[in-house]
Amino acid sequence: MTNAWTDIKNTDLVIVMGGNAAEAHPCGFKWVTEAKHHRGARLIVVDPRFNRTASVADVYAPIRPGSDIAFLMGVIRYCIENDKVQWDYVKNYTNATYLVNDAFGWAEGLFTGYDEAKRDYDRTSWEYQMNEDGTVKTDPTLTDPRCVWNLLKEQVATYTPEFVENLCGTPRERYLKICEMIGATSARDKVMTSLYALGWTQHSKGAQNIRGMAMLQLILGNVGLPGGGVNALRGHANIQGLTDIGLLSHTLPGYMNLPTEKEIDYTTYMSTRGNKPLIPDQTSYWQNTPKFMVSFLKAMWGDAATRENDWGFDWLPKLDVAYYDILRMFDMMSRGEVNLYFCQGFNPLLSFPNRAKLTQALSKLKLLVTIDPLQTETGHFWEDHGIYNEVEPSKIMTEVLELPSTCFAEDEGATVNSGRWLQWHWPGATPPGDAKHDTWIMANIFLRVRELYRKEGGVCPEPILNLAWDYEDPYEPEAAELAKEMNGRALQTLYDPKDPAKVLVEAGKLLPNFGVMRDDGSTMSGCWIYAGSWTEEGNMMARRDNSDPGDIGTFLNWTFAWPANRRILYNRASCDLQGKPWDEARKLIEWNGERWQGFDVPDIAVTAKPETVMPFIMTAEGTARLFSRKLLRDGPFPTHMEPFESPVENPFNAKLRGNPVARIFPDDLAQLGTSADYPFVGTSYRLTEHFHYWTKHNRVNAVLQPEFFVEISEELAAERGITKGGRVRVWSARGEIWAKAVVTKRIRPLICNGKPVHVVGIPLHWGFMGAARKGFGPNSLTPFVGDANIDTPEFKAFLVNIEPAAEEGASA
Amino acid sequence: MTEERVYSAPGDKIETKHPVTVNRYRGYTRLNHWVTAACMIVLLISGLSLFHPSLFFLTDIFGGGQTTRWLHPIVGLVLVASFLLLFAQMWKLNLPRREDVEWSRKIGDLLQGNEENLPELGKYNAGQKVVFWGMSGLIVVLVTTGVMIWEQYFPHLVSIPARRIAVAVHSLAAIFTILIFIVHVYAAIWTRGTIRAMTRGTVTGGWAFRHHRKWLRELAGRQRSDPSK
Amino acid sequence: MTSERAPEPVTAAANPPLQPLASNLLPSDVIRVSATSDVPAPERHLTEVAKLIDVSKCIGCKACQSACIEWNDTHPDIEENVGVYENPHDLTPDMFTLMRFTEYENPVTNEFEWLIRKDGCMHCADPGCLKACPAPGAIVQYSNGIVDFISDNCIGCGYCIAGCPFNIPRVSKTAHVSKKCTLCSDRVAVGQGPACAKACPTKAISFGTKEAMVELASERVEDLKSRGYDHAGLYDPQGVGGTHVMYVLHHADQPSLYAGLPDDPQISPVVRGWKGPAKTVGLAVAGLAAAGAVLHGIFARPNEVTAHEEGEAEDLVEDHDQRHGDREA
Repeated sequence: MTNAWTDIKNTDLVIVMGGNAAEAHPCGFKWVTEAKHHRGARLIVVDPRFNRTASVADVYAPIRPGSDIAFLMGVIRYCIENDKVQWDYVKNYTNATYLVNDAFGWAEGLFTGYDEAKRDYDRTSWEYQMNEDGTVKTDPTLTDPRCVWNLLKEQVATYTPEFVENLCGTPRERYLKICEMIGATSARDKVMTSLYALGWTQHSKGAQNIRGMAMLQLILGNVGLPGGGVNALRGHANIQGLTDIGLLSHTLPGYMNLPTEKEIDYTTYMSTRGNKPLIPDQTSYWQNTPKFMVSFLKAMWGDAATRENDWGFDWLPKLDVAYYDILRMFDMMSRGEVNLYFCQGFNPLLSFPNRAKLTQALSKLKLLVTIDPLQTETGHFWEDHGIYNEVEPSKIMTEVLELPSTCFAEDEGATVNSGRWLQWHWPGATPPGDAKHDTWIMANIFLRVRELYRKEGGVCPEPILNLAWDYEDPYEPEAAELAKEMNGRALQTLYDPKDPAKVLVEAGKLLPNFGVMRDDGSTMSGCWIYAGSWTEEGNMMARRDNSDPGDIGTFLNWTFAWPANRRILYNRASCDLQGKPWDEARKLIEWNGERWQGFDVPDIAVTAKPETVMPFIMTAEGTARLFSRKLLRDGPFPTHMEPFESPVENPFNAKLRGNPVARIFPDDLAQLGTSADYPFVGTSYRLTEHFHYWTKHNRVNAVLQPEFFVEISEELAAERGITKGGRVRVWSARGEIWAKAVVTKRIRPLICNGKPVHVVGIPLHWGFMGAARKGFGPNSLTPFVGDANIDTPEFKAFLVNIEPAAEEGASA
Repeated sequence: MTEERVYSAPGDKIETKHPVTVNRYRGYTRLNHWVTAACMIVLLISGLSLFHPSLFFLTDIFGGGQTTRWLHPIVGLVLVASFLLLFAQMWKLNLPRREDVEWSRKIGDLLQGNEENLPELGKYNAGQKVVFWGMSGLIVVLVTTGVMIWEQYFPHLVSIPARRIAVAVHSLAAIFTILIFIVHVYAAIWTRGTIRAMTRGTVTGGWAFRHHRKWLRELAGRQRSDPSK
Repeated sequence: MTSERAPEPVTAAANPPLQPLASNLLPSDVIRVSATSDVPAPERHLTEVAKLIDVSKCIGCKACQSACIEWNDTHPDIEENVGVYENPHDLTPDMFTLMRFTEYENPVTNEFEWLIRKDGCMHCADPGCLKACPAPGAIVQYSNGIVDFISDNCIGCGYCIAGCPFNIPRVSKTAHVSKKCTLCSDRVAVGQGPACAKACPTKAISFGTKEAMVELASERVEDLKSRGYDHAGLYDPQGVGGTHVMYVLHHADQPSLYAGLPDDPQISPVVRGWKGPAKTVGLAVAGLAAAGAVLHGIFARPNEVTAHEEGEAEDLVEDHDQRHGDREA
């Protein structure tokens, strides 16, 4: 989230697209009802199904799964055409005026530089025109045909209402009504917020879906404002924390990257991370990367990390591929390239695509270890559960160890919510049986492995032997110890660089913020963005003061939000060029002539002059990017791409299948189906009665939604002879499932290019373990392919077929 | 040759001639009657206890409200079975006849003790027939509506509006049943010599002569044509 | 140890007190009791409370159902899917509240609407269940408006089902007592709002004084009217004297759209008749008949058989034998 849950109350218009906030985030959704009740805010829902969010929406529009980019580019086109643009914002706070390399272009669905054999772009041309001093050429008049704005206009010109209607299946008058409502928020005193979740990420072009909305919000001038922003609703309670502390295979804590094998030493690694401002006087905060990196390395290896050994840089793993995401790991596993798999708090057998492939992959492991409070399907993948898990246990040689761990309610620590709030919590219950905290399990494994290295040596033992491990009880580090380590502390006394007599932080003290970090080894911090969360003043995450002086939902004394307790990112953009709020009634911060002040922590140096330093301090430009340069693999602008399995051809280029640069393994390519065999569009989603695959273990949740089902329209039911509540078989090129049929008016055939497209809605939550009835997940059907930038699997659009089935137990 | 029975039931016969005693009800008929009567009394008490709050204390007889609630419909079913047997034995002789009309018209004479003005009757007079058919009809109504409101076993048998009507009709029918019950019992007491018909099974010849002369005549006639040795 | 009495609750959001408080819902606060006519006048009158269910804010998440199950410690069955979202499929003795989902195509606007209503006891000011109940003390009404079933006194007859205009009570197959929402009388007694209202994530369920809830409703109705729901309104049906569970409806002119919420609920005239005049008149008629019989028995001459008639009978029988003999001869 750029903003916070509590901030939604400040909005005038909520658009829920690429998510189902009411069902998947019912608690957070209270702020939507709050905005509706007390501000008269309107709610738009765009979704293939009329879902429970739509039930309280002012306007609902259906959309064909996987066509969101077309919809969003169409809205941008509408805004440009109808002058629904916050011009002062766009001209000053975005890169609209920047000139782009002449070689850059787009044709037939592809940007310049496409290499079909490599499934990749040569992104050289995706760049600005530069002055000799390394700054960007701009045209403040927006007349140069090569300026970002004009390229954008050209890019979205195709997405006319007719085009959108034909591609997305969204009825035109409904679409135009939504355009009108969205366009109205280009006014300075009107703000829209976008709430999205996996409905946008789980596509082979997930990142581009989100960019589409980010660009729209920039054009409307809605980013950085209270009640605005682009807000990712995170799933698991601490999934935000997972990305923050770098648990993805290619990241380090605080959104730094793991080095690649080409970055052979610290200097090489830093050479591409200078982040010199592209416009004079801009902040370009990532210039501080060395401070955060050295502090991180000091947290890792303590005294063993020295300037002489590049702070232990060599001990970091180096990536030989882009990343070892879960799809890649399972693909390797399926080819027998993985021996041991640790599965901590994770149930991939139901969470990742093409279950048959996952079962086959797990069967090739020598050892599988699961660490989980529940008995997961993954841990029991070798058990025969009839149609629900058809395997031959005698043929599976994998040894499985299930280590029972505690659940969140039995732990102490912070979880990070979607609004980046680190909220400390205390155990509410005692762990049952032999369950142990994850920290205990990890510490005990680590200490034993270290002992083995000590005794027996091994290849590259240093990262293990040198790992800083100074916890009071090395076998069970306390949550508080870990939190303080992430916050960081001064290793030597820090003096003010401007006034060497002034002590900023004494040696050994906790860091007050990341501003004091150094790249000379005098500070350490496990996760720089968490600096300030546990200071000498105490545990900031445990604060529970819900006063809100500005009545604007910032609650600065309630827990701690990264970075620097800031509640709305880019909040400098809530003010005009002179530093006055765009909307006086919605004042967050303002420039008082000398400094920035207000009800939130300013997202800019407090003395940064408003007309000089632009709000987007994390970019080298100081502005937000409508044109994203080389940063995304699949294009500097979003362009419509069909899902890998689609009943509709890419209108720009019939030869293109899916995202042209998304990685797909050969076996999986061969397992894609076509609409000739699988005429219907499957899409997966969650139901509010359950949380993922956890709550099916709970009797109460099982009562509220007991049995797996699929949802189809009355039209499709009639076409296939399916009755409400009857049993159906759904199958794809990769697998088959059986379910009860919910036949509903809430799903309607979408008319795309004059032809009906039927959607089959497939909720997840069921498996073969737990209290609820045995069932299936959509992952038995979905293709083994992910987003081009991060490889989030394409769970939201795939092809299936459906037919009535005999009741369970009845002979077919 | 055997004369056809018109006014009497099998088993009805003249027992002794000096004095005359007439067998009116065989043993199992009497047992049948008393089982039905017992059920009826239990039903009336339990029903009344749930009908009017001031009589709820009567549930204590059965061990409380919960027991009363399950007992009442079960006893009702026993009554229905028992009454069906009675019905099978009695329905024919309770069919209306021409003389019932005149008897009914002159009912005033009966109450004033001028029974001799009334026509001669078979085994049952019109009043008894009214009791018989009234009870039969009401029992049908009671059992039908009773099943409709039998929460324990038939909670979804009928819609709730139908159930409301059923419970009201059940109560109303019960009141009529009580009225008929009172008439029946009182008539048996007021008409002296009647009760022994259901206890000992016999009535005196005079009783038969006074109240059911045609019945007596038929029995006398049968005795003649089929003398027992 | 004497402990302070809990305050009357004014919101569902209040946190529980740190120290246990004594119940503030006393036997003397009962104003009506089933099958009992002589309820003493209460010494005090509690502020009337109400639960307001704003259908336009409800997302059908069933948090209320789960809170209800947890708080009341009931154990509904894990049923199957029968092609709809309602689970359990109906109110049961173990499920006091239920989200009911209605798919509605609005003929006026041509818009599709998914109407979701939380069903459960309405806590009528004039409760039909209480009127119909034959068991003294099985159903009580407190002066704050809560209608509560007292299981210890319940006989499981199901008359409350016939009495209720909303089809709410359900009789347990095992315990043989009738069950329904208590408006969390046990929580209200200690100053807390109902569990469902506390759990509701979108504030679709509010709880407070009836007055405050009516006021909140009017605020919501105004908002709904601004969104084009010209017939938005409060559902507080006067046919049952008003209720202590009320709805904000977008289509207050057609409550029955919401899974058959009665348009104009009232205690059925049949039930009124049955539990009103019929009860008294019926008993009186039966009593009079019995008394009449007794009086007649005492004062009127019994119908007795005379000796003469006995003789006549003998003659009659003999006469027949005679004639028989004649014929034989």
